[in-house]
Amino acid sequence: MSKILDAKIPSGPLADKWDRHEMECPLVAPANRRKFTVIVVGTGLAGGGAAATLGELGYNVLNFCVQDTSRRAHSVAAQGGINASKNYQNDGDSVERLFYDTVKGGDYRSREANVYRLSQLSMGIIDQCVAMGVPFAREYGGTLANRSFGGVQVSRTFYARGQTGQQLLLGVYSALSRQIGAGTVKMYPRHEMLDLVVVDGKARGIICRDLITGEMKRYAADAVVLATGGYSPVFYLSTNAVNCSATSIWRAYKRGALFANPCYTQIHPTAIPQLGDYQSKLTLMSESLRNDGRMWVPKAPGDKRRPADIPEAERDYFLERRYPAFGNLVPRDIAARASKVECDAGKGVGNTGFAVYLDFADAIKRLGRDVVADRYGNLFTMYEEIIADDPYHTPMMIYPAPHYTMGGLWVDYNLESTIPGLFVAGEANFSDHGANRLGASALMQGCADGYFVVPRVVAGYLARGGHGKVTTDHEAFGAVEDEVRRRYDALLAVKGSRTVRDFHWDLGRVMWDKVGMSRDRAGLEQAIAKIRELREAYWHDVKVPGDAADFNKQLEMAGRVADFLELGELMAMDALAREESCGGHFRAEHHTPEGEARRDDENFMHVAAWEHKGDGQAPERHVEPLVYENIEVKTRSYK
Amino acid sequence: MSEMTIHLKIWRQARGDAKGRFVDYTVEKVLPEMSFLETLDLLNEKLTRQGQQPVEFDSDCREGICGTCGLVIKGTAHGPNPKTTTCEVRMRHFRDGETITVEPFRAGPFPILKDLVIDRTAFDRIQQQGGFVTANVGSAPDGNAVPIPKIDADKAMDAASCIGCGACVAACPNASASLFVGAKISQLSYLPQGGPERGRRALLMIGQMDREGFGDCSNHGECEAVCPKEISIENIARMRREFFKGALGGHDRKAATGD
Repeated sequence: MSKILDAKIPSGPLADKWDRHEMECPLVAPANRRKFTVIVVGTGLAGGGAAATLGELGYNVLNFCVQDTSRRAHSVAAQGGINASKNYQNDGDSVERLFYDTVKGGDYRSREANVYRLSQLSMGIIDQCVAMGVPFAREYGGTLANRSFGGVQVSRTFYARGQTGQQLLLGVYSALSRQIGAGTVKMYPRHEMLDLVVVDGKARGIICRDLITGEMKRYAADAVVLATGGYSPVFYLSTNAVNCSATSIWRAYKRGALFANPCYTQIHPTAIPQLGDYQSKLTLMSESLRNDGRMWVPKAPGDKRRPADIPEAERDYFLERRYPAFGNLVPRDIAARASKVECDAGKGVGNTGFAVYLDFADAIKRLGRDVVADRYGNLFTMYEEIIADDPYHTPMMIYPAPHYTMGGLWVDYNLESTIPGLFVAGEANFSDHGANRLGASALMQGCADGYFVVPRVVAGYLARGGHGKVTTDHEAFGAVEDEVRRRYDALLAVKGSRTVRDFHWDLGRVMWDKVGMSRDRAGLEQAIAKIRELREAYWHDVKVPGDAADFNKQLEMAGRVADFLELGELMAMDALAREESCGGHFRAEHHTPEGEARRDDENFMHVAAWEHKGDGQAPERHVEPLVYENIEVKTRSYK
Repeated sequence: MSEMTIHLKIWRQARGDAKGRFVDYTVEKVLPEMSFLETLDLLNEKLTRQGQQPVEFDSDCREGICGTCGLVIKGTAHGPNPKTTTCEVRMRHFRDGETITVEPFRAGPFPILKDLVIDRTAFDRIQQQGGFVTANVGSAPDGNAVPIPKIDADKAMDAASCIGCGACVAACPNASASLFVGAKISQLSYLPQGGPERGRRALLMIGQMDREGFGDCSNHGECEAVCPKEISIENIARMRREFFKGALGGHDRKAATGD
């Protein structure tokens, strides 16, 4: 029986909800905090921030990551910046405007109360990061500098060259280091969470594989926080790091947590195009480049002249033409789709025809090469190393690539999943970005969840009490560990003929072609059938070398790809069920005469959250209706 | 797009305490635009299909920012090209038929775990001694309350660009971690935040560096030459000044050592 989910949004005016909720959350007294153990999985902005802050408050924190150290979580790769409604530029910014931009940017598919809280917390993030020594860019007068990002008409993005994610993550890492030194946080690097242990309906622990020895280990706690990032590598080629996976959240889904809006994926418009079949990933070129870069294609299809030989009159600056109010800084979903439209019409450039130009000639003329180099130098260097072409002289070639996933585990206002005691933060949850995330908002959400929301709501959960103590001797731990062990032994036992990468590549092609930038009923049905076939073949024909009790990267990947082969199907099912276009989810059947996404608010103004019903059983789709009381729901326009 | 054949001489070592050796491999159909790690991927696919053990190596972001990867390629940490990490090295820099030696970063404090994978947690333990500003969440003043001259913010940013890969240690004849430690101490010394703990920080971090078994700096400059993020050796000089200031300040010394 399909359920209506309750997000437990506090009552009262929007602007007061979080303050009141903080006041109403029960507290744990300082001397009692060390008696509670909290497991945090992931050391990115959300996970590391939560672990460090919970440690700072005095809880006993166990923090896990798959990387060799907590300083390498994928937050590190974010380039452009972090949003905050400081209004330092006096251009009319405010908490309300950031809230409005984010809800509109998400195509009216996010939860008002969460987005408003995010917008309120954004300012404190900047203050906190400055206090921790994050070297944000500054003006000559010593104040913080800002730039613009897509989908907004103010400059509210704070940045540290093209390495904002790195600098914010190193801030988190330094806070974590302090707590590890102080003994409140115990860090477990090279540990992969492979399952969740639920006792009496509550999350009470995890099973990990020690990636150095292969040993399976059990950890018990009073609450579990998952902050393990998104699932873009389901497409195989994405801008994510090669170890990013859905395994933690997928295992939690299979233990009873609902998975919300799996089909909401962000295809970022400006990545370096795919070069060949050998590739392991795609490299992003920051959205900040669209502050000064102009996107264009030749007006005539099939025009293969060098860009310098194409005169101004024969170029189509398609974003400026279609969206004069926002120009090159339209949101990501709009820019990506517009690029695809041009390429599908035969106007794409480069060898493959799947690329458009991002041109800095005007910016260099206007600002000079030095200013452009100061703003984007590291990105230009990266581009040149990969493409062997100099973007100061020849326009960059770019094409959309999977980058971020707005979908994730369903959480209520407290970031608590449908399993009590299981909290989900950052990209791993679904809560703040609706059907499309605006640029520079992922870092904002990671920091807000990690530093501010998780510590408060987890304390509230612990303080309400009644949980009792559970140790790893509990039979549930033994049972789950056995299951995990059997699963990994089974992968090794197949001894088939095709590698893990072969299957991952095939899955990625299906996802990109049928569940990518444009989706339709027939394609999605084909995708579901094809993914099932691939999954069947995987467990009969995959070849995983080596042993379980050893350092074995192929085995790690084998487990992750097995999960992607299940998640991919759920994404296609969700996309099939959502008979509308919204944000990053574009159904070819649902568009306006101008080719823009057409929502169906009457039937789909809700979150879809899927419940696992057992392997081989159809999952059940539940809904959380979205109610807009403070914002007028309109057709999104950037014209 | 001419395909190349590349010969690789790769360090193989089953475990940290096992004896290692170089093993020769040949990879065909290598394209100039492939990355070095994608060439290793190709080799591993081949080895897996042949029922052999793939070569273990670490990598993650594959765009030069996470600091996970790190190999000594043709005798140089992160390969022959300056200002790049291992994952950014492209095959166009090598010739068809060339033989390339591939080793892990070697240093006493970076024990080998398997093949090309090393343990760099010594860096974390140094950071835990003082590589932070003590600023609890919730206690921060407005971000613009304390203006910071652009030049200082830029210098802090230069030093903060360190990705913690460990190439500086691998390249140093003394296996010194001075560039790594200097970068962090230097970054925080350019900023007003954390000022009160500057001396203590320097003493504690440098003390831990010594305890981990990293060697002293003798100004060879090899670290700066291989650093993919162009961290300047000036940071080591600055680290020394911070250390002396800390050592001369009785309070700092007491806070750091208890003496």
